[in-house]
Amino acid sequence: MEKESLFSAKNLKLLTDPLGRSNPVTVLVLGVCSALAVTVKLEPAVVMAISVTVVIAVSSVVMSLLRNTIPNRIRIIVQLVVVSLLVILVDQVLRAFAYDVSKQLSVFVGLIITNCIVMGRIEAFALGNKPWPSFVDGIGNGLGYGLILVVVGFVRELLGSGTLWGYRIIPSSFYIANGGVYENNGLVILPPMALILLGIIIWIQRSRNKNLVES
Amino acid sequence: MNKDSNKYIYLYSTALVVAVAATLSIAATLLKPFQQKNIEVEKKQSILLSVHKAADVRKAKNKRQYVEAEYAKYITDGFVVNSLGEKQEGSAFEVNLEEEAAKPAADRKLPVFVCTDNDGKPKYIIPVRGVGLWGPIWGYVALHSDYSTIYGVVFDHQGETPGLGAELSTPDFQRQFEGKQIFDAASAFTSVKVVKGGHTQGKPHAVDAISGGTITSQGVEKMLMDNLSAYLLFFKEQQRAQEAERRRQEREKKEKEEEEERALLQAKQAEAARIARRAAAEAAAALQSDTTGAAPAVQSENTPVLEQPENL
Repeated sequence: MEKESLFSAKNLKLLTDPLGRSNPVTVLVLGVCSALAVTVKLEPAVVMAISVTVVIAVSSVVMSLLRNTIPNRIRIIVQLVVVSLLVILVDQVLRAFAYDVSKQLSVFVGLIITNCIVMGRIEAFALGNKPWPSFVDGIGNGLGYGLILVVVGFVRELLGSGTLWGYRIIPSSFYIANGGVYENNGLVILPPMALILLGIIIWIQRSRNKNLVES
Repeated sequence: MNKDSNKYIYLYSTALVVAVAATLSIAATLLKPFQQKNIEVEKKQSILLSVHKAADVRKAKNKRQYVEAEYAKYITDGFVVNSLGEKQEGSAFEVNLEEEAAKPAADRKLPVFVCTDNDGKPKYIIPVRGVGLWGPIWGYVALHSDYSTIYGVVFDHQGETPGLGAELSTPDFQRQFEGKQIFDAASAFTSVKVVKGGHTQGKPHAVDAISGGTITSQGVEKMLMDNLSAYLLFFKEQQRAQEAERRRQEREKKEKEEEEERALLQAKQAEAARIARRAAAEAAAALQSDTTGAAPAVQSENTPVLEQPENL
């Protein structure tokens, strides 16, 4: 068998496809629940995106290494155990060495374990592929998920709080309270607006790529 | 071995679970000291923030050292009181509020931290803990030495919704508490209410609630009410002691003044007696000189009434 290069066209496709054509959130519509919960502000959205990417990539590698030994009937349980182990380890390490980040992240630990994207990629890809392609696939899907989170988080923080990453973007003198004409949009910080934004993103994507439209 | 046989499945799952459990136990044990240290530093930082110290913590190169140094500098004392306001054995820093909340009110240890500021006036820091919408909320309330006016507060939470309830940990929300009072003019306990609709500018016992964070706001109100009211007897006792001290000082001052007045009066009386004596003596002398025939030319210059007493 010919040895495939690490960054062959096929592997690169695994990385870039989830960013657009097979995005886990907008095309597969997975992980929507956490996309609502963490996108009120940009910072938790980015922290969540990074953590999910790490967990998907590492758990894909581990599951891919174990794939030939796992009894088929208990594979979901094995997946759960491995994913939980990784999430708890990540959380514990952050708590010891990056306490400020872990305070942001600890809330979302449960969300990562139950994130359908993690289980979905293990089930659909890592159990049938070698470790390296599984790793690339995990990174790609994590980034695809993160991209949507960041876009939604950007819009919601800007319109809902007038800030980005905690820094004030819309000057406070513009606000009605300070004699201006501007007011933050209260709807944007409520969960339904995340769904509406997600819907708009899906709409734009499908109107540009007719292949995604179901017949 | 057949991968789908029961035996294989049992062995596989047992081995997997044992391996995972061992990994997690080792990780937890190895990382525990680091985590404990982080939690301790975090607590010290929160205490400092409630009295507007450690403001540059984000800029500090070594956060841990910076916080420890600031803490050692400003937080000069910490003690534990009981619900009757009596001081107890034990260190304020070690009290776990979560455990204390489970005990009956009479057995609770109530920690108080004392901050000595640059201006020399002590601030008293009371830790508080309550429940928000999704989980615990906690914080520190720093009181001026009158045990009523709030100097500063800091709140934190475990899992309130970002952008809604989580706003309680922002400076904008916390700044509202500064200058509010937990006792009214008749020194009845009022705590600080968190009310909807704002317009709390001139009100000494209310702050504006968080929009979209109604349950968290109610949680903050209840947390302040519950935790601060536990210290009621301590506050009252301290206020009474301060009032007594103030009275005592006033009384001492008054007594001192009275004494000085009395001394002055005595001095005056003594002086008057001395003058009278001298006048009498001079009158006698004049009488004598009259009898000897010598004119008392200098007598008018020596008129005792004009003489200034040296001790005035």
